[in-house]
Amino acid sequence: MSLKSTLCAATALSLITATGAFAADPSATITIATVNNGDMIRMQGYTDKFTEDTGIAVEWVTLEENVLRQRVTTDITTKGGAFDIMTIGMYETPIWGSNGWLVPLDDLSEDYNVGDILPAMAGGLSHDGTLYAAPFYGESSMIMYRTDLMEAAGLEMPDAPTWDFIAEAAAAMTDRDADINGICLRGKAGWGEGGAFITAMSNSFGARWFDMDWNAQFDTEPWANTLTFYKNMMDASGPTGYATNGFNENLSLFNQGKCGMWIDATVAASFVTGDDSTVADSVGFALAPDTGLGKRSNWLWAWALAIPAGTQQEAEAKQFIEWATSTGYIDLVAENEGWANVPPGARTSLYENPNYQAVPFAQMTLDSILSADPNDSTVEPSPYVGIQFAAIPEFAGIATEVSQEFSAAYAGQQTIEEALEKAQAITNDAMEAAGYR
Amino acid sequence: MSRTVTKQRKMITTAAAWTIGLIIFFPIYWTILTSFKTEAQAINDPPLFFAFDWTLENYALVQERSDYMKFLWNSVIIAGGSTILGILVAIPAAWSMAFVPSKRTKDVLLWMLSTKMLPAVGVLYPISLIFVQFDLLDTRGGLVVVLMLINLPIIVWMLYTYFKEIPGEILEAARMDGATLKEEILYVLTPMAIPGIASTILLNFILAWNEAFWTLNLTAANAAPLTAFIASYSSPEGLFFAKLSAASTMAITPILILGWFSQKQLVRGLTFGAVK
Amino acid sequence: MATKASRSAARFMMAPAVVLLLGWMLVPLIMTLWFSFTKYLPLRGDSIDRGLDWVGFANYSRFLSSSSFWPSVQTTLVMVGGVLLITLVLGILLAILLDQPMWGQGVVRILVIAPFFVMPTVSALVWKNMLMDPVNGIFAHLWRFFGAEPVAWLQDASLSSIIMIVSWQWLPFATLILLTAIQSLDSEQLEAAEMDGAPVLKRFWFIVLPHLARAITIVVLIQTIFLLSIFAEIFVTTGGAFGTRTLTYLIFQRVIDSQNIGLGSAGGVYAIILANIVAIFLMRIVGKNLDA
Repeated sequence: MSLKSTLCAATALSLITATGAFAADPSATITIATVNNGDMIRMQGYTDKFTEDTGIAVEWVTLEENVLRQRVTTDITTKGGAFDIMTIGMYETPIWGSNGWLVPLDDLSEDYNVGDILPAMAGGLSHDGTLYAAPFYGESSMIMYRTDLMEAAGLEMPDAPTWDFIAEAAAAMTDRDADINGICLRGKAGWGEGGAFITAMSNSFGARWFDMDWNAQFDTEPWANTLTFYKNMMDASGPTGYATNGFNENLSLFNQGKCGMWIDATVAASFVTGDDSTVADSVGFALAPDTGLGKRSNWLWAWALAIPAGTQQEAEAKQFIEWATSTGYIDLVAENEGWANVPPGARTSLYENPNYQAVPFAQMTLDSILSADPNDSTVEPSPYVGIQFAAIPEFAGIATEVSQEFSAAYAGQQTIEEALEKAQAITNDAMEAAGYR
Repeated sequence: MSRTVTKQRKMITTAAAWTIGLIIFFPIYWTILTSFKTEAQAINDPPLFFAFDWTLENYALVQERSDYMKFLWNSVIIAGGSTILGILVAIPAAWSMAFVPSKRTKDVLLWMLSTKMLPAVGVLYPISLIFVQFDLLDTRGGLVVVLMLINLPIIVWMLYTYFKEIPGEILEAARMDGATLKEEILYVLTPMAIPGIASTILLNFILAWNEAFWTLNLTAANAAPLTAFIASYSSPEGLFFAKLSAASTMAITPILILGWFSQKQLVRGLTFGAVK
Repeated sequence: MATKASRSAARFMMAPAVVLLLGWMLVPLIMTLWFSFTKYLPLRGDSIDRGLDWVGFANYSRFLSSSSFWPSVQTTLVMVGGVLLITLVLGILLAILLDQPMWGQGVVRILVIAPFFVMPTVSALVWKNMLMDPVNGIFAHLWRFFGAEPVAWLQDASLSSIIMIVSWQWLPFATLILLTAIQSLDSEQLEAAEMDGAPVLKRFWFIVLPHLARAITIVVLIQTIFLLSIFAEIFVTTGGAFGTRTLTYLIFQRVIDSQNIGLGSAGGVYAIILANIVAIFLMRIVGKNLDA
């Protein structure tokens, strides 16, 4: 091939790719951004069924949680319109809803039975009483523990233990030679990782993020108590490098039999009792611990499907949401994969279903969800809604930085006092920038 | 006179070089190996180096969950398109810099390089807004243009250094024979610079293939290349080493193979006129 | 030799590249500058359509006075410097080694350059999970095999770990360029020196190193450009914790996590200034060498 023809071909090729790429796709397809969690991946497997029933094709954009947040937030704030449905959580929904960025879900069909959604979940996904996202699954947090190790340690787990008991049990179960850590907890930086855990834990120690005038509260004793207790317990009974462990790392440790206890999302219950787990037969459940101050350390969260305002495919998107978060979908999964694998925590009727009540973790999950109240999460009054977060736009940024300081303290790179001092400064500075103070 | 090398010395050099080479290659080797294990074998203690039941289930699973070919095709188009477009824009520019240099040539060149120092995150909002405005979001065309612009400075610079090696007298001779400017570039200059152009294409194809910020932030379902494919396997729930390895292997294999076959070209091309 | 006609033709041919790059540089830059002087909090409902409030230099002073700013500049410089140092030193040694006669030179060369083909995201994921994981990583197994306590790399040696990962990615590039330069070294000159009884170090210092000067500047220049904007490696491994927050990452946190576009844009302007300081510093050296 001569050089001239090569160059011509190259030009033509680049022009073809360019023009081809600019052309729009005419078919009726909805694009859904979602997180790569097990339940969502399972849902993708069943979309063919949805397409068969409705003729609507579905394109999935599955991303890791942090990348997803980054991607959908940029898309919604720049009105990008790349997605017809976004998977978001309890933190984003009320904020986006109040900005008018989401399509209100106030005209869902009769069959769908909105009233069946657990009130705690519906409340967290609404703004001013309007539902803006439908929960695909909901979760609280609870203790998952190894019944065999607990027995070997000569202890018995109460249904509602205290933190002192947990620390004691963790020390008793720890066996460094056998590579068994008494307790595995999140320590990883990030507001949705270690930040969420420590905030929920601090509630039970009487701490809060802000007082009623939006002043940061990291200079108060309950925060120092929370971090000191956490670090002492984890140093004594936690795994190596716990300051970088998040949900996935701990799940993997627990499934390998390397954790005595793990306090984390209730949805993990189906994983630790599932096929991937080497300890599936000896897992018990209990409510997240407290310190007797009246608040437990469990959170409330839902992964929910929302429709960004301005999408061309609103009707189709609604149709999909009604399908994916319906009782019919739950039945479909139950039929194919068993009741333990259905998306939990979204609907009241699921917990009234005798088939589901037989699942070992069902009752404890429900009890945990019911004991979490986003509107009254702290011992002392606080101005914000949310348990492991404060539902204000600034929170994600602040809490990520604060949790980075905490993680550095867990790793021993600074003292707890230093971390709290920096957290206080970061938070007050950001709140000032946002005009709260 | 050639240097006399004792056999012993050659053996030592060989052993040392191979050891270092294998150490450097180890992470890639380990990833490929792990992709053929089950999740349980992937975290086995002690690590399994060879004796395990090889399985393809991870690849099957990954393929079932995401349409690999679609991502691959997008990667090829975006990386290829941006490189070709970049070369077409850069050849004339590099030609004029190399053969009609002015006092400002070097400044222009260095200025071009300095445009690469703009931190991508800093301009995420401006670029996103522009993309939305012009309906370029999630189009391959939009990405082709962006990646072309990102790599253009490097392309111009590389071509410039090759062109400078070509003696100007040859071009002058062609001109004497009545060649027009176009003919001069097409028939005289370009053939002489083919090795340089080839390695420039290679390097920029690799850079565009591996670009992971814009390709992730400006795409959704239609134009997403392999970088987005990887983002859905990076830390899912449960054990994931084997699946991650399979996805990683799938993402890097095409470019690894390309690099394998073209390494001689690449080696020659990366000189940046360093050899005088 | 350049005639007037060829000069105008030259200008004409440079135009597309220059205009494109000018647009690519100016449009986002002007928008960034504009945003940096405004209060732009999209989650609070601010948008261009509604008009942005002018706040003067408030974003600039806030970004500068934040306790994270100077540490992030320091982290950036340490990271770039560390990677440059490692890749240059190892790159020179490797280049010299690969230049020696040996069996299977081609294969070794492929093994050495392979990391360059791996996407940053993939290499960060592989290093973080499969090599550096304190429980299941290969390093942990290795440490335990020798009876040592596994290291929690990304926690206790976070910055060094990231420098290690990035160096692994860029070592091939440095090695290749240095290798091509070394291959062009006049071997007779070296042999003459060898016969004169000059010791190895002296030969290296007075003959090899000066010959590599130009290649070294190229490596430094190109790598610095890419290293200043390192992102994926931090995002995947530490998320900016444990003192690995570079200026680029700090801006990312302001723009994405905090959704404060004004503040992030001011940070972007600082990053451009820093990049230019580094650039001027580099150009001084490189510019001289490029003339050669």
